[in-house]
Amino acid sequence: MVASWCGDNTYLLDLLKEPVLAVQEFFVLAGKAFRNIFRRPHYGDDIILQMDTIGVGSLPIVVLTGFFSGAVMALQMSRALAQYGQVGKTGTVVSVTLARELGPVLTALMVAGRNASGIASELGSMKVTEQIDAMRALGTDPIQKLVTPRLIATSVMLPLLTVIADFVGMFGGFIIAKFFLNLPSRQYWSSVWRALVWDDVTQGLLKPLVFAVIISLVGCYCGLRTTGGTQGVGRSTTQAVVGATVLIFLVDLLITKIFV
Amino acid sequence: MATEKQSSVLCFENVSVSFDGDMALRDISFAAHEGESRVILGAAGSGKTVLLKTAMGLVKPESGRVMVFDQDISKMSERALFDIRSKIGMLFQESALFDSLNIEENVAYPLLNQPLVKCPPDQVLPRVKQALEFVELSGTLEKFPSELSGGMRRRAAIARAVVTEPPLQMYDSPTAGLDPITAHTIMALLIKERDVSQATTLMVTHRYQDGNLMANFRYNSEQGALEPVRGGDKEVKTTFMVMKEGQLIFEGDQDELEAAKDPYICKFVKQRV
Repeated sequence: MVASWCGDNTYLLDLLKEPVLAVQEFFVLAGKAFRNIFRRPHYGDDIILQMDTIGVGSLPIVVLTGFFSGAVMALQMSRALAQYGQVGKTGTVVSVTLARELGPVLTALMVAGRNASGIASELGSMKVTEQIDAMRALGTDPIQKLVTPRLIATSVMLPLLTVIADFVGMFGGFIIAKFFLNLPSRQYWSSVWRALVWDDVTQGLLKPLVFAVIISLVGCYCGLRTTGGTQGVGRSTTQAVVGATVLIFLVDLLITKIFV
Repeated sequence: MATEKQSSVLCFENVSVSFDGDMALRDISFAAHEGESRVILGAAGSGKTVLLKTAMGLVKPESGRVMVFDQDISKMSERALFDIRSKIGMLFQESALFDSLNIEENVAYPLLNQPLVKCPPDQVLPRVKQALEFVELSGTLEKFPSELSGGMRRRAAIARAVVTEPPLQMYDSPTAGLDPITAHTIMALLIKERDVSQATTLMVTHRYQDGNLMANFRYNSEQGALEPVRGGDKEVKTTFMVMKEGQLIFEGDQDELEAAKDPYICKFVKQRV
């Protein structure tokens, strides 16, 4: 009986080893990536290139998502608010929801889907074709060259994309308010403006910054631990998107809890 | 013994490497001396590539010591290893050219990034061109790796490995997956590079004929072609090593290799052409 209990315990510990090791490796990678921000050499060209790929490249999908989420939010909320005779408050609901939640989360999810997968597949392909080893052999730290530029680029671009998504979403809400709810433009925009407080802006910018760290590091981590050829690259890509998405929701809940 | 250690370019002392509990190298010991050529034979999965990566510091040994240019690299930090790696040229199995860079940028990479390589900026392009001429790939400067054939990629990777003229050169399966004519061209380039630079060379292969070429041919700079080395006229000492399941089961010259009775070793020698 005792032996069986001990055996189960060991089995459980063995099961835990892999995820614990993965978490440890992730934090080691994160630590090195952050440390490299302050260490030479700095790969400015790579940062600019990644800003273009991650930021400018994600702009169309983020604008589309922002616009439609704002428009849908306005339509849905106007119906609920109509029951209380408060359709005029549509702008308030749209702006608060977008600035606090939908803007940061939807933008992060779009960027995670597009870039965490892209980063994982790019780095994964480099790993399985020995380009990462070649980089080390030729005097370059792969974390400094590949991870830190992606971390910096995502951290700069995601808050900017979120701000754009927020404004485009509010504009989407305005289109609905103006043409379907027949609200005066001035009333909509003033309710949007008055609804926002500094706390919303802080929350709305802090979240994308944290999400950016998650997206870039999860993408890089999954890419750099790729094994098993092209099949492994596919697996890493999926893991990166799923991992980043789950972490975004989890961290969103934690940050929201702090502010609310 | 102490003298031997000092003069060796690369020395493994009871080195073992494992991945997730599986032993990839078991208690490997050997020393490669200046100007020597070593041919490492072995079946797939016998630990040949791991041995080269351990020599480069890309894989850390679980036990034992790896001495490169009289420095113990087993416990060195990644940053400290960059200096040692500046003295080593490595050709990877899959060439490992950077997809996002063109051939010029790929070959220039070690000149611009290796810490001990002090190449003035105005000398980078001439040296890249020189290295590409050496591997007969002039005119591919602007091309990307995906635009080249397998043999051309391998040659470009050789140019990248030797552009800094490192005193220790390691080639991982340089002829793997190539047709016999291209494989012979690649081998001729490696022998040419060895004889021109007088570098210590380690070559991993599963083809005995590659080792045979390395041991019995030399580059004639006047004729610009390979020629057989006559009987006792061997200027470069070539040592053969045979790996089996992570263990070094043979180390000796070609005559000893051909006289070996071990069935595993015989399988490689019988492939001779």
